[in-house]
Order: sequence, then structure tokens, then C-alpha cells
Amino acid sequence: MNAAIRTRDLSKDYHVGFWRPRPYRALDRLSIEVAPGEVFGFLGPNGAGKTTTLKLLMQLVFPTSGEAEILGRPAGDVAIRRRIGYLPENPYFYDHLTAEELLEYYGRLFGMPAAERRQRIPATLDRLGIGAERRLALRKFSKGMLQRVGLAQAVLNDPEVLFLDEPMSGLDPLGRRDVRALMLELRDQGRTIFFSSHILSDAEALCSNVAIVAKGRLAAAGRLTDLQEFAIQGWEVVVAAVPAEALERVRARARRVLTVAADHYVIDLPPDGRPEDVVRELTAAGARLISVNPLRETLEDVFLRRVAAMGDGARGTP
Amino acid sequence: MNAVRSVAGAVFRETVRDRVFYNLVLFAVLLVAASILIGQLTAGQDVKIIKDLGLAATSLFGLFISIFVGIHLVSKEVDRRSVYPLLAKPVRRSELIVGKYAGLLLTLLANITVMTVAIYAVLFFLARGIPANVQGAWDAPAMDPALLEAIALIYLNLAVVTALAVFFSTYSSPMLSAAFTIGVYVAGQFSADLKRLDVIVDSAAAAALAKACYYVLPDFAKFDIKLAVVHGLPVSGAYMLSTAAYAAMYIAALLFGAVLIFSRRDFK
Repeated sequence: MNAAIRTRDLSKDYHVGFWRPRPYRALDRLSIEVAPGEVFGFLGPNGAGKTTTLKLLMQLVFPTSGEAEILGRPAGDVAIRRRIGYLPENPYFYDHLTAEELLEYYGRLFGMPAAERRQRIPATLDRLGIGAERRLALRKFSKGMLQRVGLAQAVLNDPEVLFLDEPMSGLDPLGRRDVRALMLELRDQGRTIFFSSHILSDAEALCSNVAIVAKGRLAAAGRLTDLQEFAIQGWEVVVAAVPAEALERVRARARRVLTVAADHYVIDLPPDGRPEDVVRELTAAGARLISVNPLRETLEDVFLRRVAAMGDGARGTP
Repeated sequence: MNAVRSVAGAVFRETVRDRVFYNLVLFAVLLVAASILIGQLTAGQDVKIIKDLGLAATSLFGLFISIFVGIHLVSKEVDRRSVYPLLAKPVRRSELIVGKYAGLLLTLLANITVMTVAIYAVLFFLARGIPANVQGAWDAPAMDPALLEAIALIYLNLAVVTALAVFFSTYSSPMLSAAFTIGVYVAGQFSADLKRLDVIVDSAAAAALAKACYYVLPDFAKFDIKLAVVHGLPVSGAYMLSTAAYAAMYIAALLFGAVLIFSRRDFK
């Protein structure tokens, strides 16, 4: 099957400096493939090259070398844009337009007939939870509401492939939950979603595959669960009201036990520490379970290690 | 074509909603009204003065809109990053430029229409009650349709200025774009003099350079027939047509350049 998104040795140099401009490599020979129907997480710290990659795919910037394809066509093909949606990072629209008018404008650009626009625009705004505010000028919108409008314009044309640059940015917990639900709904409808994020939990909740970029280079790619960095490195069990003898029995199997409040304890178990057995034993003794969390290396840790491993030569003059 | 129409419609809506636009129209209308007062101070010359002032105000305020809205048409989209979602739609960069330009032309047309109606309304009220024999002594009738010829050329003049503003704004900041556009506009008022500079300058190189500038710079003096119209002098159809063709050629060249630059631009 053809890839929904493919880049081959995609590189981008910017020129920095006024008097003597010198090239600065923002993206270095990026080769990735995203299968149709996949939710693909494009992860990396700020300044890793995520937005540059998305801009290259949208042809907002042109590659220094390499190729980018969407749905088997070159990324610059205007016709392909009828079949894709794009949410830029921190989107900004027109102050004087309302959300309805903005979607009306974009609907016209998509060549949607009036009847389709009349049906689709309110439905899309409803789907993104934009209620009566839809008739307010966009300059009165909060950052979170603008993000919702950004998502609304990205899905307006019912795209086959959706590109989202930091879609959770600026959203409150409720908004994040709604966006996750929307992405999962679109995935269930067979849409391909390519989204960038620097937050691991977003990727964990949504992605089948990820690519990690650091300093403009691909650092790792594959299934999140297969990536060694994200294997479980232990368990954190938080309990309350634990009888002393039960706690002592568990202490022998734990790496450490911390007291965090009057009768609250954090039990740090090794990866093979069988947290279900520990929880069963403690609750049987009368303890109250607060939470159980897997311990993994964070994205930030992985980035830092990868970046350190790449050395200073990974970014800079091509 | 659909994209051009949609972009033009959005520009028209944005500029019409902009308070600056209303201020300009209001100011121009007030100026026309003020001309009545001035006219009363100069017995027998009031119709001419109103025509003069009205046409000058139409040109001046149109010029403000052309330059100060024109330089922001593209740069505002880029600076505020609204160009990102826009160019991810099925819109070619060339369509965006042409659509933006067409939208501002539409705004200018609305602006100039309001001003034309205002001028004719003032002239109508002024001529009312003046005996026919007095009106017959005027160089041209108060409700002279030839005013429309002058207004048509003012519009073409504004269309060229707008194309200049759009061209400069595709690669420079609004401040620089304004400076370049105003600079070319002022130089273009005197471009006919550049052609004849060899009469007063000894240096052959300077004269050649001036002549080259004459061919590059738009000759804005061509569009100014206010004096002829106010004094009732005829302006030939051939002159109108050749000036329109000149404007069209210039606009096409400027938009072509703007598209060429904008199509290669990276939006970092």
C-alpha cells in the first residue's frame, strides 16, 4: 500500500546573519513514512525541526534538498490540498471575521457548494464545541478557543490526511480531552493523522507510531511501545492507611518506600515487581489504593540523551 | 478563479469593516462639503473650485487607501501567520496575490463611487436655482459627464499605485513598502521631465540614466486630466484608451513580479 505521507532525505537550510549570511540546517535528511489510517506522532523538543517539517509538507517553505509526498503526490501539488487539513502551531486568523465567516471563507476556497457549506460549517463548529461564540469576532477569542477554530478549519473539508502542529497547545484539560477524542474519532474513520508534540503523554494516548527528532535529525522511529527508551522502568504505587506489618512485607520487594503525607506512601517497585500482587496484598490488609503508575524515561530525558549522543555536529552548517 | 474571487471578497469585507476606511470616506465627504464654503468666498468660481477640490480629494484619499491598505495586504497575512492555514488550502500563491489585489480594487471602486456621488450631489445643489444664461457662461456644465473621465483615470492611477504597493510588500516591510511606493509615485509625477533631462544636463551618462528611469517609472502625469475636465476641454477617447492600456501593461508587469517573488518565498 502507498504511504499517506513520505519524506526522503528532506533537508532545509535557513540563512542566518545579516551581513554575512551563513546556512543553518533546520532539518537534516529526514526520511519517514506514514501508513494510511495511522496516527503518527512527530515528537521532539522545541527547536528540533518539527514545525519546519510540517511547513515543508505544506510547502510554506521549500526544501533545500530531498522530497516530500502526500497521498502519492508531490507536497507542492495544489490539488492535493483539497484532501488534507492543517492546523499550524498557535494558529492566527483574521480579527474582523467571526468563526462562521472564517469557515465560510475557507469553504469557498475548497470549492464547496453553498448547500454543502450551510450544512458542514455549523456541524463542524458543533463538533469542536464552538457554541454561540461562533458569531463573535475572532479577536475576542481566547487562545484555547482559537485552537478549536484552528481545528475546525483543519477538518472542515473532511480531510484524508490531517497535519496538526502541537494540537494540544493552549488547551485546558477539557479541551485536550476533546481534541484527543476528535483525533481518535478521525482515526476510527480511517483518516491519517500526523501530529507534532513535545508531550509524551499525548503520543502515548493516541499514536500507533512515532518519530523522534532532535537537532533537526531523526533520532528514533517505530512503535512507541517498541522503543527501548519508553519501556517500563518500574512502577509507582501510591497507597494510604497501610498497616505497619503489611508495609514492612512490601518494603522487601520495593526499591524504596517514601512517606509523602501523614499516612500516604509511595512504593517504588522494579519493572518485574508485579504491582498487581502488591496492590492485592496491601488492599487485603486494609490499605487504600490511591494510584498505580508505570515509570518510564520521559521524552525530555530521551531527547537530552539523544542530543548528547549526537554531539555538537548534529546541527549547524550543513 | 474561484480562489481569486474568494480572496478578493475577503479583502473587500476586511477593508470595508476597517474603521480607517470609513474615516477616509467621511473625511473626503466633509472636504467636498467644505468646498461649498470656499466656493462662496470666490464669486463665480464655485463650480470650478468644487470640481477641482472634489477630484483632488478623490485622488488623495484613494491614494491613502491604495498605499496604506495595499502595503499591508500581503505583509499582514505573513506577519500574523494567517497565511499558513490559507496556503494549506487549494490556493496558488499567484491566486492569493491576484485575489488580494482584486479585492482592494473593489474597495477602491466602492470608495470612488461614494466620492463621485458626493461630488455630483454637491454640484447639483449648487447649480440649482442658477439661471440658465449664467450657467451657459461656465466653461463646462455643473453636472458635466466628463468628470467621469477624470474619475476613471484617477481610478486607473490608483490601480497602478496599488499594484506598486502589493509588489513592494511581497518582499519588504510595510514601512519600506510605503516609502518605496510613495517614492515611485512622486518620481512618477515627474517622469516626463526625466525624458527631457538632456536639455538641461551636459552629462550624457546622467541623461541616459534619466531616460532609462523614464521607461521604468510609471508616468503618473498621464492619468491627471483634472485641469482639462474642469475647464471643459475635450479629452479624446483614444487618449483614454491608450492610458488604460498603459495602466494595464504596468499593472500586469508589477503583479507578475509580485507573484514571482511571492511564489519563491519561505514563510519561516
